[in-house]
Amino acid sequence: MSTLTSPRPTLVGRTAGAAAPRPFWNPYLAGILLGLVLLATYVVTGRGFGATAGFAAFATWIAGIVSPSHIEASIVHTKYWNEGAPLLNWTLFLLLGTLIGAAISGWQGRRFSFTIERGPHISDGQRLVLAFVGGFIAACGAKLAKGCTSGQALTGSSILNAGSLVFLVAVFVAGFGLAYFVRKEWL
Amino acid sequence: MLPLTSSIEFSLAAELAIAVALGIGFGFALERAGFGSARKLTAVFYLYDMAVVKVMFSGVVTTMIGLFALSAIGLLDLTQLYIEPTNLLAQGVGGLLFGTGFLVGGYCPGTSMAAIATGRKDGLVFALGMLSGVYGYAEFTPQLDDWYKQTALGELTLPSLTGIGMGWWTLVFIAILLGGAWGMARLEHRFSGLRPQT
Repeated sequence: MSTLTSPRPTLVGRTAGAAAPRPFWNPYLAGILLGLVLLATYVVTGRGFGATAGFAAFATWIAGIVSPSHIEASIVHTKYWNEGAPLLNWTLFLLLGTLIGAAISGWQGRRFSFTIERGPHISDGQRLVLAFVGGFIAACGAKLAKGCTSGQALTGSSILNAGSLVFLVAVFVAGFGLAYFVRKEWL
Repeated sequence: MLPLTSSIEFSLAAELAIAVALGIGFGFALERAGFGSARKLTAVFYLYDMAVVKVMFSGVVTTMIGLFALSAIGLLDLTQLYIEPTNLLAQGVGGLLFGTGFLVGGYCPGTSMAAIATGRKDGLVFALGMLSGVYGYAEFTPQLDDWYKQTALGELTLPSLTGIGMGWWTLVFIAILLGGAWGMARLEHRFSGLRPQT
């Protein structure tokens, strides 16, 4: 009996210790690093970040596979078609790098885990539906505003673009204004 | 003179390699901040963890100081930087929609990449929702692009609107950041009861 039970606590204790994720960085420190990367992006390319354009290019690539005749019918698809090579898009490669950088950081910080982020009062299935709906709405907002958190809020605000600052304020107005109504999803 | 693209013509391969390199820095910073987690991101709307505002604001101020300093010493030509034309209605309504999607979906486009890279299935589903959204936009609402161009006000920045230089605005933003840091610490303390126990 004792040989069966005794290794257990030490094993659990050791794996829990080894698997415990490292703490996140101080947010101001992470922000300064983010700011320096954005500054480098401006200094090298003359433009800042973007993310939504990468999604748009990917969507156009899919449209090209599903039905090439669609491409000519939409001026938005035409914009991202890039003479038949929509995947050779600058922002899409930035997103590829973002995946790699986040994977390196998450691996080093032991934060990789196959989970679904949600509060304790909704199910995984409900959360995934809301994740999809939220992504859809965010995409519409980003297309309309010509940018998202990357392209408008960070990139535009840092050069004091008036429209970007309006966008930034509007994002938080909506977020704070609706937070109470979706509290079951998160709290 | 900077930006580099004003004096150097990069090949496509070089441009895309630069994009990947900068993206690695972007993704690394986002994940370090905890932005691969939807609960960490949406915590800002419940005031118990203001990391989203802290990271964004200190990032914006860092870039702003850098842009101002580099242009002040004559290394960087600010007029060569791309500025998205302002369209108040588009950025206002778009921002409201985007904030709603951010709160409900739990991510934004960039942070969904950090979520996918660290195994979050909801991050992947958010990205699929984004993809359907941009696809739907391209299919059904291309005339919005024309409307945007016709009603845009042009390149508007706070210095051009007010006549107050970028250096002064940078000081204003540093002051807001310092005051905000103090205020956010108080808010987090006040709402710490909402923080998840796990």
